[in-house]
Amino acid sequence: MKFTLSWLKDHLETNADVQTIAAKLTAIGLEVESVEDRGAALREFTVAHVVSAEKHPNADKLKLCMVDTGSDIVQVVCGAPNARTGMKAVFAKPGVTMPGTTDVLKVGTIRGVESRGMLCSEKELQISDEHDGIIELAPGAEIGALAADALGLNDPVIDVSITPNRGDATSVYGIARDLAAAGLGSLKNGSVEQIKGQFPSPRAVALKFADGEVKACTMFSGRYIRGVKNRPSPQWVQDRLRAVGLRPISALVDVTNLISLDRGRPLHVFDADKLTGNICARMARVGEELLALDGKTYTLDSTMCVIADEKAVQGIAGIMGGELSSCADETVNVFVESAMFDAKSIAATGRKLGIISDARYRFERGVDPAFVVSGVELATKLILEFCGGEPSDVVVTGELPAPNKTIAFTPAAVKRLAGLEVDRPEIVRILESLGFTVEGGEPMQVTAPSWRHDVDGPADLVEEVVRIHGLEHVPSLPMTRTHAIARPTLTPGQKRARIARRTLASRGFNETINFSFISRAHAALFGGGDDMRQVANPIASDLDAMRPSVLPSLLAAAARNQARGVSEAMLFEMGATFQSGMPGDQALCASAIRMGAAARHWSKAEHGADAFDAKGDMLAVLETAMGAPMTAPIRAEAPSWYHPGRSGTLALGTKVLGQFGELHPAVLAAFDLKGPVCGFEVFMDAIPEPKSKGKARAVFAPSAFQPVERDFAFLLDRDVSAEDVLKAARSVDRTLIDAISVFDLYEGKGVPEGKKSLAIAVRLQPKDKTLTDAEIDTIAAKIVGAVAKATGGTLRS
Amino acid sequence: MSDVHSLERDLLAAIANAGDEAALEEVRVSALGKKGSISELLKTLGGMNAEDRKQKGPLINGLRDKVSGAIAARKSELALAALNARLQAERVDVTLPARPEPRGSIHPVSQVLDEITAIFADLGFAVAEGPDVEFDDYNFTKLNIPPDHPARQMHDTFYLAPQADDSQHLLRTHTSPVQVRTMLKQKPPIRVIAPGRTYRVDSDATHTPMFHQLEALVIDEQTNLGHLKWVVEEFCKAFFEIDTVELRARPSFFPFTEPSVEWDMRCDRSGGQTIFGTGHDWLELGGSGMVNPHVLEMCGIDPSRYQGFAFGFGLDRMAMLKYGAPDLRPFFESDIRWLRHFGFAALDIPTLDGGLSR
Repeated sequence: MKFTLSWLKDHLETNADVQTIAAKLTAIGLEVESVEDRGAALREFTVAHVVSAEKHPNADKLKLCMVDTGSDIVQVVCGAPNARTGMKAVFAKPGVTMPGTTDVLKVGTIRGVESRGMLCSEKELQISDEHDGIIELAPGAEIGALAADALGLNDPVIDVSITPNRGDATSVYGIARDLAAAGLGSLKNGSVEQIKGQFPSPRAVALKFADGEVKACTMFSGRYIRGVKNRPSPQWVQDRLRAVGLRPISALVDVTNLISLDRGRPLHVFDADKLTGNICARMARVGEELLALDGKTYTLDSTMCVIADEKAVQGIAGIMGGELSSCADETVNVFVESAMFDAKSIAATGRKLGIISDARYRFERGVDPAFVVSGVELATKLILEFCGGEPSDVVVTGELPAPNKTIAFTPAAVKRLAGLEVDRPEIVRILESLGFTVEGGEPMQVTAPSWRHDVDGPADLVEEVVRIHGLEHVPSLPMTRTHAIARPTLTPGQKRARIARRTLASRGFNETINFSFISRAHAALFGGGDDMRQVANPIASDLDAMRPSVLPSLLAAAARNQARGVSEAMLFEMGATFQSGMPGDQALCASAIRMGAAARHWSKAEHGADAFDAKGDMLAVLETAMGAPMTAPIRAEAPSWYHPGRSGTLALGTKVLGQFGELHPAVLAAFDLKGPVCGFEVFMDAIPEPKSKGKARAVFAPSAFQPVERDFAFLLDRDVSAEDVLKAARSVDRTLIDAISVFDLYEGKGVPEGKKSLAIAVRLQPKDKTLTDAEIDTIAAKIVGAVAKATGGTLRS
Repeated sequence: MSDVHSLERDLLAAIANAGDEAALEEVRVSALGKKGSISELLKTLGGMNAEDRKQKGPLINGLRDKVSGAIAARKSELALAALNARLQAERVDVTLPARPEPRGSIHPVSQVLDEITAIFADLGFAVAEGPDVEFDDYNFTKLNIPPDHPARQMHDTFYLAPQADDSQHLLRTHTSPVQVRTMLKQKPPIRVIAPGRTYRVDSDATHTPMFHQLEALVIDEQTNLGHLKWVVEEFCKAFFEIDTVELRARPSFFPFTEPSVEWDMRCDRSGGQTIFGTGHDWLELGGSGMVNPHVLEMCGIDPSRYQGFAFGFGLDRMAMLKYGAPDLRPFFESDIRWLRHFGFAALDIPTLDGGLSR
């Protein structure tokens, strides 16, 4: 919402300067976006009188002007076709810096004739793109005065952003009222004079809403004015409209814009001769069309309220008028329309049609229902003043809404909600100056004015009091501590997520955060991409599916890095994955990938990212998250996005905790990613919560006896899993066998085709005596026997 | 006895001259071996009379001890020399680079969230969470934004495909539905922060379709705007790690709070980088207010008894401000160079005692 300082002063008697006003506006909740002093760049330009303008002796298209600057008569060469004797123009003397440039005007010689200054166009002053000729000022402009004054530019423009609840502040008058309440001056009388009709209106108005239809228009008023002469608005009107970014069109149109800005009251003026019969507000019929004032044709439906005559739709109610019934230069008879439309209906229609207009902006925020007829009267006054004519009686149908409800309010409420002490007289003063009615004793009975539909309870009144009294007066009050020493606040799940993150970072992974939506094609590769997880209105076509896994996000990220020449990457993300489109049907997933080989180094052989990297990463996350070693077995199976022979799953019963492996080459190809890439997914919510065993650790009882380690190399069929060998060996003596490790795996020369050699080291830890050789041999034999029985493996000689 | 003395002289010289362990062993065998010169001399003691033995015994035994001692000493000397020689041979180029360790990092949003969690934990705020896909009711209606409310347009909502019953779920446009969920399930007093991903149909230099918000909610019987002001002040001091802050409160409008207040913090942007706490500029922190009585009521809390505040800000924005990241978009682009540049070490865990940042 833009307005100028002088416009504000039409309604506000104040001595405050523009900076003070701007600061106060922000302080009371009308946030100032900018204060533009358009005159500042024009301080050196003055009004001059062209005493004579004759042809340049040496050029056909140039003129030689003698210019009275108020202190001097100077000779200026000018190329403008409109330069003529007797005109008032904007003059720049040598030494002046041209706006928007660093060019300093010099005394010049043009085609052999000296030129001591310049007569300026609008473009040269950077006030418009107009460059067809020089500016022609009003004949009464005072010679030597500031051009900015003569141009109506010496009037700062203030731009405030209005929150959606403050329909009343979408007008200069409403803003003046707030400022007056905040102590920045006094509000001038804004009452609107009634103009007596000279004849009955030849057009009737009606509200035509069927039972069951939304009553999108509750009051409709208008007036016929005959014999007007449309013409350009007076200069002050044009200046104001231009200053706030509107283009003056004609007096009849400008009047509606002026009142919309001045009073927040949108109006429409029809060319009455282009209307057929009476006028009504009704819902559109499906398929009705309107060529609107923006030159576009809109197809309407039955949810949209329109203004129609007896033949056709003539305007989209509260949003935009129709081109075919609009006023033009030759317009003689007009009908002024002022109506009360439903805010929600206007908002929905505006959104559907994609029209943004000043009228919609105001109706959506709520206009003052009590000002419907006043709007007609004010428009009448200005039309008669600018265009002449003869007004009919005012016609009106519908009714005012019920007055706002009365709110019981005590000064204590201000203290209770705002922690601020404001005495009763000040509260009453603030509310009354904002137009509220305050009656009664304790509690006081407060009624909001018709223009404050946003106020419906004591909290709203507290807000009014606090914002006008000044938020800066709210004291800073320490909150009580809930505990002398703060207690931990994170849930076990939050702690697990935090430690898992930092575990991965400590293993060398870079944490990423990727969008929760990915492309449908990528989602489909990971078990998603279905309709229920589709975003209905994606911001981009490749961000249209809620991700079923974090891996596709990481692979896409890896591909982007690879495209930049990065060959190795370790990326992880802790984020949501989505099982459906239902709220809550999501899981927190820790997922990471390793792309490419580990860094090349002089000391070691290169090794590509493989399933064992991923397995180690997955186990690290699970174990730190659980705070305990992970003993559940790995199953050699995993979803389709993994390499079928190089991936695995870790589950507790049917609950999958994690899966890992090398990514399927076909999946990598879909991401344009050169492999190998391995990765894992850990389902954080599936991790069991640690059993609470108290803080004390179990008794520390190290054995006093030497452990014994024995190595075994088994010859096994190639497809026997290491897990089976370890399980068989472990089962021999669960108390004595302390640890088993796999230290060698060999296939090739010396091992028969289809076989492999797997070497394990078994550590025996006696608890109560030293083992004899015979005892050790017995256990060793049992291990060999158990492995043989479980796997068919034999001890390699 | 001169032969004992000359033998001693010869043997000690031979020991000293032995250049390696083999040569030394040769000397030992020649002196102390079965047929060695000293062994032979010792054998002669048996054939001597008591007088001679008494006289020569100490001499010969002394010779033996001296020579064995010299051999042992020479032996360790040689061993040391051999070790030194081996170590010299084992010399490596220590300027070669060490084995590479990939350097992982924590994303600035995670780090800043840990910082903020630590601050609020000290004030007794728990961390509340909720789903990214939300019911329209929780995201809007229960927050006093009924259908067709103009405030819905400020939100640019992402919707999911319609359900069988034609209802449409959405991606939460703010973390406020977590407040709704908290109030619906927890009786006051309530002190929570709700961080999380939020989504709006918006994309330019300062907006991404997904971003992070953090909201704080307090509901009890006495908390008012003054407490809100104090919490915002204390939070800013702790988070930006400065001793004083100056806040500016501006009245604003949010459907879910009444009164509503936006907070700005004094800062100085005159020199390219933002300096907090002094200067002539104002930094927008976020919106807040007293929870609207309608919201309390819709969430099953009696507004005549309970009241409290809510405030929210952009988590990404906080990270950008504190750590000088100029653009939002790279936060979600996973450029490894950016992640390393703006990331944090795994063990840099923010604490109140150790400071939130280095």
